[in-house]
Amino acid sequence: MVKKLPSIWEAMQTKGYSRRDFMRFCSMAAAVAGVKVSGMASVVHAFEKKPRPPVVWLHFQECTCCSESFIRSSHPIVSDVVFDYLSLDYTETLQAAAGHQAEKCLHDTMKNNAGKYILLVEGSVPMKDDGVYCTIGGRSAEDILKEAAKDAAAVIAWGSCASNGCIQAANPNPTNATPIHKIISKPVINVPGCPPIGDVMTAVITHVLVFGKIPDLDGQGRPKEFYGRRVHDTCYRRPYYDAGMFVEAWDDDKARKGYCLYKMGCRGPVTYNACSVTRWNEGTSYPIQSGHGCIGCSENGFWDNGPFYRHLASFPGFGIETTADTVGTVVGVAAAAGVTAHAVTTHIRKKKIVNDRIERSVTDREPKKEGGEE
Amino acid sequence: MADTQAVSFYRVYVWQVPVRLYHWLNAICVLVLIVTGFLIGKPLAIIYSTEAYQQYWFGTVRFIHFVTAFIFFFNFLIRIYWGFVGNKYARWNNFIPFKKAHFEEIKEVLKVDILQSKAQGIISIGHNMLAGVTYFLSFLVFLFQVCTGFALYSSMSGSFLPKLFAWVIPAMGGDFAVRQWHHIFMWFFVVFTIIHVYLVFYHDYVEGRGTTSSMVGGWKFEREDVLK
Repeated sequence: MVKKLPSIWEAMQTKGYSRRDFMRFCSMAAAVAGVKVSGMASVVHAFEKKPRPPVVWLHFQECTCCSESFIRSSHPIVSDVVFDYLSLDYTETLQAAAGHQAEKCLHDTMKNNAGKYILLVEGSVPMKDDGVYCTIGGRSAEDILKEAAKDAAAVIAWGSCASNGCIQAANPNPTNATPIHKIISKPVINVPGCPPIGDVMTAVITHVLVFGKIPDLDGQGRPKEFYGRRVHDTCYRRPYYDAGMFVEAWDDDKARKGYCLYKMGCRGPVTYNACSVTRWNEGTSYPIQSGHGCIGCSENGFWDNGPFYRHLASFPGFGIETTADTVGTVVGVAAAAGVTAHAVTTHIRKKKIVNDRIERSVTDREPKKEGGEE
Repeated sequence: MADTQAVSFYRVYVWQVPVRLYHWLNAICVLVLIVTGFLIGKPLAIIYSTEAYQQYWFGTVRFIHFVTAFIFFFNFLIRIYWGFVGNKYARWNNFIPFKKAHFEEIKEVLKVDILQSKAQGIISIGHNMLAGVTYFLSFLVFLFQVCTGFALYSSMSGSFLPKLFAWVIPAMGGDFAVRQWHHIFMWFFVVFTIIHVYLVFYHDYVEGRGTTSSMVGGWKFEREDVLK
């Protein structure tokens, strides 16, 4: 562990890859990370010279769907990066070591590569009751995370759990599941999604590897290159949206024709992700292409955003089927009723008001002599 | 009643042209924004062709909503400006109660409106204080709708103005939440309009000072003894 880590090129050579394979891999990685052709040289250089950074992959409250997605990155040569060329020193799901051996592995990595290793975190951290809801080797998730994050070169939050809490943090959030950027003070790259797209995960990590720095992030800490646009913006059904041609029921003719799923509660217009561009499983499809609306799984708090098949969330405190429109209609009708009742009362008092007005005004320029009478 | 003195009324020029223009432009904008907003939230099933490229009504509705939003916003800015340079009935201090007399007037108007009692004190010829406060609150809602609306628009626009509001999205926890709040506050306008229009008629009736027509011609009428 203390010896100098080989670069990716060196590691590839020992596995029998040719220079051509290496160059192909570099261009693939560059393309995925969104590097210009002119930047290819720096990619090659990075992979030739830089020692491959050790990676620590922590799992907390999660379902491992992020890992599942990751190992299905569509370009084998890119996913090989992580499994063959990155040194994935610690990951509960995939490592061979177990028990004390595994813990030693983690500590050696952190100690020998302080300031160099990349920390990947999958899952949220329970903060309630001293974190007893998620412990590994007798230590709370919070403890482990804080220790691992202290000397990490970069921290990446995989998936919605680590980025914004996902289902564990959904109301009422019994374990006080907390996304990691709220726990550690370092900048965190949030890669939300339930799970995130495998290719996006590979691309983010490639970016960190190649440039040795964090990619451009948006206001919610997500890499702009993948979360800069809404699923809606590049959706192939978008023309139907602008045309106003919507699916009205799951089994209607319009659904068969592939019209826009907006009225079926599709969250595409409010969800920032690369699904409609990158697609899933080697670019095969994505939810909307398969005929189901987007559920907005990469958005903050998507579990609490009401039923997936409706656009307005349930209005809190008024029962599960009540939307803002129901409440609004009731308030609107109440206002109209109140106004009508008021008008009726005013009409009943009409005579008094009118008489009062007449008394206090003049009909002619000169007040009549007998005006004060009556 | 015999001691009641007959009085003369004088014309008072209350609403200047910019105020009236603002009012009606705002009314039109709000109406258009509500209707188009409803359609965007819950589009009607209008299909008059077989292929998407042959129709564009939903895009047009959204376009109208966005254009109207810009008009609404700049109209609102002009009104704020006029609150500092306009006549005394248009000034900003008509909207924020801070003196004891202001709170007295609010109580007074509430009595007239809800208990339907006869006005004891004097109700301002311009905005009465209760109306002023309500308009101030509605200005805050305008601002909220502007912030959330432009924030939602910022992701589909490259222009400078909407981009200024992009920070609202992360602050409120994402597009879904912003959209939800933008929709909820739309209902404020519906309820406001119902009550506002009714109260204009009601005050016109019980005060007899030409409240309704004043927003067209600018004139209201005040009793001689009040004006002194």
